[in-house]
Amino acid sequence: MATSNDLSGLRVAVTGGTSGLGLALTRAFRKRGAAVAIVARTAEAVERVARETGAAGIVGDVGVKDDIYPIALQINGRLGGLDVLINNASSLGPVPLRLLGDTDCEDLEEAIAVNLVGPFRLTKALLGALAASAREGRGAVVLNISSDAAVNAYAGWGAYGASKAALKHLSAIWNEEQAAHGVRVLSLDPGDMDTALHALAVPDADPASLKRPETSADELIAAIVAALPPQRAAQPVGGYA
Amino acid sequence: MIAANRPQSGSRLLSLDAQGLLREVSATQLPRLLRRGDVVVANDAATLPASFHGVHLPTGEAIEVRLAGKLDDDAARFVAIVFGAGNYRTRTEHRAPPPLLRAGDRLLLGSLVAEVERSIDHARVIALRFVASEAELWSGFAAHGKPIQYAHVVEPLKLWDVWTRAATMPMAFEPPSAGFALTWKMLDDFAARGTEFATLTHAAGISSTGDAELDKRLPFDEAYVIPESTVRAIRRAKAEGGRVVAIGTTVVRALEHASRNGTLRAGRGVATNRLGPGTKLKLVDAIVSGVHAAGESHYELLKAFATGEQLQKMTEVLELRGFCNHEFGDFVLIEREQSRTTTCVFADGNARMRYSNRGQQEGLRS
Repeated sequence: MATSNDLSGLRVAVTGGTSGLGLALTRAFRKRGAAVAIVARTAEAVERVARETGAAGIVGDVGVKDDIYPIALQINGRLGGLDVLINNASSLGPVPLRLLGDTDCEDLEEAIAVNLVGPFRLTKALLGALAASAREGRGAVVLNISSDAAVNAYAGWGAYGASKAALKHLSAIWNEEQAAHGVRVLSLDPGDMDTALHALAVPDADPASLKRPETSADELIAAIVAALPPQRAAQPVGGYA
Repeated sequence: MIAANRPQSGSRLLSLDAQGLLREVSATQLPRLLRRGDVVVANDAATLPASFHGVHLPTGEAIEVRLAGKLDDDAARFVAIVFGAGNYRTRTEHRAPPPLLRAGDRLLLGSLVAEVERSIDHARVIALRFVASEAELWSGFAAHGKPIQYAHVVEPLKLWDVWTRAATMPMAFEPPSAGFALTWKMLDDFAARGTEFATLTHAAGISSTGDAELDKRLPFDEAYVIPESTVRAIRRAKAEGGRVVAIGTTVVRALEHASRNGTLRAGRGVATNRLGPGTKLKLVDAIVSGVHAAGESHYELLKAFATGEQLQKMTEVLELRGFCNHEFGDFVLIEREQSRTTTCVFADGNARMRYSNRGQQEGLRS
């Protein structure tokens, strides 16, 4: 049985798994024995984190349509199926942050491509695997990383906030539709963390006032485990092996 | 029949019920043709990008390698069909032969290198082994593999064209195409009507090699995995007098192989069985299939469910009504003839008794 501390047998994919919260999640899942696949754009970073953590490294950009199925192919192939998908990779939009009136349409489109359309596409491509896991009694969770900017209207956070607000609502509708199939879709705000993304958005923030990503990772893992069936069925993992 | 020439264009379904009656509906109406207590079983294998263009290194000649099956559990070893220069736009049977392939020859396929292990009784068929780690293998497949494609579909296929809604483990060499009938809405409709949905994973092999003699050897052996939860769902359905409805011929092959000794077992297996007119089905009561022409191996398989005469009648109606065949075409639902009784026994023996009782009652009514 899986507890928060022993997640052996759990198959997890983390987008944006090479830095910030994604890296903290990857390390935390690996420490608890889960099999993890990380997805990120830079081959060197993917290789480095794969070597450090023993995760399966996948190079791809969730903001690019043609990358999605090759990513899904490798996730299912390397992990032999999937129990947990974490859509963590995010784009801030224009950096430094800009007022909406100063935001180029292309910057808004890019934020929506990475923060909304990418998670939609990847979830759709992996929904078969997630539902199969649920049918087998292993449970299935999609976690979409949200932000308080999805709820509150902060000046300068237009592209990011609007795309995250849409992702939050998309998550809620996925969850309604997939409840009967046993796939839970969560949208959670990890809080303001001391990450590269936050430094880009708020360069003069005092790091001491920010949450450590490791703390957020532990909280998110607890929420994921709470959304999985208490007695996860031990099932042979599919694949050739 | 009209060849479906673009992905997932099928929308119609012709059903042949156990009394031999034909009925045409929209494919979305499939749940209405099923009953409370039935279980629908689909093949959730995702389709590999199994076609690779590359170079035969000893001669420098262009080749296409189509992965077609597995020899064992080694993730890097495959059975492959090899073609010479050219692509899918040429009909398979007109494709140039490959250069002479010898054991130890290396093939450069994108970023991947594969070594010819041996030829398998035919100039086009080889055992090959990718010289790659697991990570390199999957990233190489993702970057350089293309879905196997035939000339009747004009546009190059993308992976999203060949994955069904249920797609999970990438084990199939061509799509388990009857699964294109399934939508998430349909799964909700099944649930609303009390019809259960279950899956197994079966490595559907290639449907055509371009060589008539070789095609007679199809299907090759195919690996499958049946989850415990699926065995339980089928056991429940049979115990309640429900039917097992297979989505596609691969599901029939896997379930009949896994119950060949009389008891359906969960777990892994390699299907070596052939289904046809002489097959006594042990488990599966009905099949949803694509539309197949007489003579194709899939058409022969349908004779396990209905007589040649009934299928002939069905084919005439399919042609008259302009149904589309091929992998992205329309669908048929064929219920096993009532006279063909089930012989599968479950461990507790109850299922068989109740099921045959119900069969007798129906027999009295009709």
